[in-house]
Amino acid sequence: MTLMRTFLGAAASLALAATAALADPAIIFDLGGKFDKSFNEAAFTGATRWAEETGGQFREVELQSEAQREQALRRFAESGSNPIVMAGFAFASALETVAPDFPDTKFVIIDMVVDQPNVRSVVFNEHEGSYLVGLLAGMASKTGTVGFVGGMDIPLISKFACGYVQGVKAANPDANVIQNMTGTTPSAWNDPVKGGELTRAQISQGADVVYAAAGGTGLGVLQTAADEGIFSIGVDSNQNHLHPGSVLTSMTKRVDVAVYNAFTEGADLETGFNVLGLSNDGVGYALDEHNDALLNDEMRAAVDAAKAQIISGEISVHDYMSDESCPVM
Amino acid sequence: MDFLTLIQILDSAVRLATPLLLACLAGLFSERGGIFDIGLEGKMLAAAMLSASVAAVTGNVWLGMFAGVGISILLALLHGLASITFRGDQLISGVAINFLAAGLTVVIGQSWFGLGGRTPSLMGEGRFKSLEWPLTETLEGIPIAGPLYSELISGHTFLVYVALLAVPASWFILFRTRFGLRLRAVGENPAAVDTAGISVVRLRYAAVAICGVLCGLAGVYLATGLAAGFVKDMTAGRGFIALAALIFAKWRPWHAMGACMLFGVLEALSNRYQSIEAPTYIIVAILIVMAAGLVWSSRKSLLDLAVLGGVAFLLVTVGTVSLFSSGLFGQTAIPGQFIQALPYILTVVILAGFVGKATPPRAGGEPYVKER
Repeated sequence: MTLMRTFLGAAASLALAATAALADPAIIFDLGGKFDKSFNEAAFTGATRWAEETGGQFREVELQSEAQREQALRRFAESGSNPIVMAGFAFASALETVAPDFPDTKFVIIDMVVDQPNVRSVVFNEHEGSYLVGLLAGMASKTGTVGFVGGMDIPLISKFACGYVQGVKAANPDANVIQNMTGTTPSAWNDPVKGGELTRAQISQGADVVYAAAGGTGLGVLQTAADEGIFSIGVDSNQNHLHPGSVLTSMTKRVDVAVYNAFTEGADLETGFNVLGLSNDGVGYALDEHNDALLNDEMRAAVDAAKAQIISGEISVHDYMSDESCPVM
Repeated sequence: MDFLTLIQILDSAVRLATPLLLACLAGLFSERGGIFDIGLEGKMLAAAMLSASVAAVTGNVWLGMFAGVGISILLALLHGLASITFRGDQLISGVAINFLAAGLTVVIGQSWFGLGGRTPSLMGEGRFKSLEWPLTETLEGIPIAGPLYSELISGHTFLVYVALLAVPASWFILFRTRFGLRLRAVGENPAAVDTAGISVVRLRYAAVAICGVLCGLAGVYLATGLAAGFVKDMTAGRGFIALAALIFAKWRPWHAMGACMLFGVLEALSNRYQSIEAPTYIIVAILIVMAAGLVWSSRKSLLDLAVLGGVAFLLVTVGTVSLFSSGLFGQTAIPGQFIQALPYILTVVILAGFVGKATPPRAGGEPYVKER
C-alpha cells in the first residue's frame, strides 16, 4: 500500500513537473555559442536575469550546425515551450516554415523581421549606437585613421559599419576609415586569429582605434589592439573589462533586455515589430570604471549631445538596411 | 604599393603561413611514410586547446607547448594504431580524429573553465613573446635592408623560426639520411623494405609520431603565438589548407614552404585589400592564357575537354565582360574573395594535372600486409 502510494505520488509529481515545463520559455543560441562575450552572451544574461528574478526556469540549446535550426525550433515548439526566443538573424528562414505549424506558440526573433501573426521581430537601431562610438573613435584618434572589423559580410554588419563611419566623419570629416570583413561564411564569427591579423593590417595602415563587430572574432581584434597599444571598441555586450585601458568603449546592444522582456511577458506577449534604439536604451555606449580614464570631458559632452540630437531627430543616421547602400562609404 | 607596405604584407604572410607550414610538413612525413592523414585539423585543434589550457592554468607557455605536442602525438599514435596495427581505413580514422577533436575540445573546455569552450585569455608568460633580434634599433635606419631585417626577419615568435628551420631539417632527414630513405621507401614499396629486413610497422609509427610533433607545434602556435587563448573551431580549416599545400608542393619540403608562403601571401593580400585594382588588359591577357592552357591540356580526352572547356569559356566571358565595362586601358577590381579562393583553385588545377602531375607516394593509403 505504502509502496503503491509512493509510486502514485511520484507519478503525480512527475505529471505536475511536466505541466510546469510546458509553460517554460525557451531560448536558442546561434553558432557563436552562449559564452561569446558578445551577442549570444547578452541574450543568455537576459534569460538568466529573468530566471533569477522570477525563480522560473527556461530551456535552452546552443546550435552546433546550420542543420539544427529548424530541428531545435520544432522540438521546443512540440514540447510546449512558450515563448521561444531565437538569438540571431539566421533563424529567419527556419522560422518562416515553423511558425505557421504552431499557431498557438509565440516566437521572438532578434535582429530580423519575420512577418507571421505569432512572431515578434525585435530589431535594434545599431546604426545609432555605432554612430556614437564612431564619434568617440574619431575624437580619440590621433592619426585620423580608424578601423572597422566586421564578422560575416551581411547587410546587418554593414549597418554597423555605416553608422560608425558617419560618426567618425562627424567628429573628423577628413578621417579615413579602413574596413574589413572577416569572411562570408558563419565561421567568420569565430576566427580570432584572422581578426587579429586584420587588426595588424589596419594598424600598419595607420589605424589607432579599431571597432570590432564580429562576435568571437572580435576577441582577437581586442587582444591585438591591447598588444599593439591602440584603442579598440567592443560590441553587443559591455566588453570594457576585457582589456582595461585599451577598450575605449563598447557599443552595447541590449539583447538581454529583448530576451528579458519576452520572457517576462510570457506566453501572451504582443507580436509584431519591436524596435529598440537610443530613445528606449536598446543601444548605447558603455561607460564604466574600466574606461573612465579614457574618455575626457569633451568627448563625453559631444557624445551625449549627439545622443540627444539623434533622439530628437536633429541628426538622422542613415540606416544601411533601408536601401542597402551607405552615402559615406 | 610602396616598399614598407610590401614588407608589412610579407610580415603578415609569414605569420599566417607558419601554422600551415608546420601542418604541411607534418602531413609530408606521414604521407611519405605511406599513411594518409586528413586528421591534421583535429590534431591541431586538440593541441591548441590543451596548450592554451595548460598555459592558462600554470602561466607557463612552455608547459603548455609540451602538453599540446603531447596530445597531438597521442592522437597521431591513435591514428597509427587504427591504420597501421589494425589496418583500418586511413581516411576514416582521420575523419574520426577530426570529429573527436572538434567535439571534445569544446566539451572539456566547458567543464574545465565554464566559458563555453573558450579558455581564459593568456597573459604575460602564458604566451610566446615575439623575439627581437639584436641590433634591430641600430639597423632600422638603413634603407631597404633595415626594415627588411627589423620588420620581416626579426620580431616573430619562437615557433615561426622553428617552422622555418624545420624545412631544411625535413629535407635533410628525408633525402640525406638512411632513416629518410627507408621512410620514403616504405611509402613507395613497403614490400621491398620488408624484404630488406626492416620493420615497416616501426617506420610507419615513426612517421606518424613525427607528424604528431609538427602538427602539435602548429596548434600551439595558433593558440599561444597568434592568438591569446583557445576558441572553439579556431583552426578554421587550416589543416585542410595544409593538405592542399602538400598536394600543391607534390610532397616535397622546399616546395611545401613555397606553397605555404604563397597561400600566406594571398591571404595577407586579401586581408589588406578588400579588392585589388589592376589594368584591364593585364587581367584579360591572364584570363585568355589560362583559358588557352586549359583547352591545350585537355586536348587528349573528350571528357576533360568538355569540363575544362566549360571553365575556359567562363574565363573568356569574365574577361569580355570586364573589357566592356571598363575599356581596355581602364581599371578592373578583383574582389578579395577571389584572391582568397586562388589557393584552392590552384590546387584543383594541379590535381587535374594541368601544371605537372601530382603523384602521391605509391603505397599511400594502403595498410601493409606481410605476405604469408
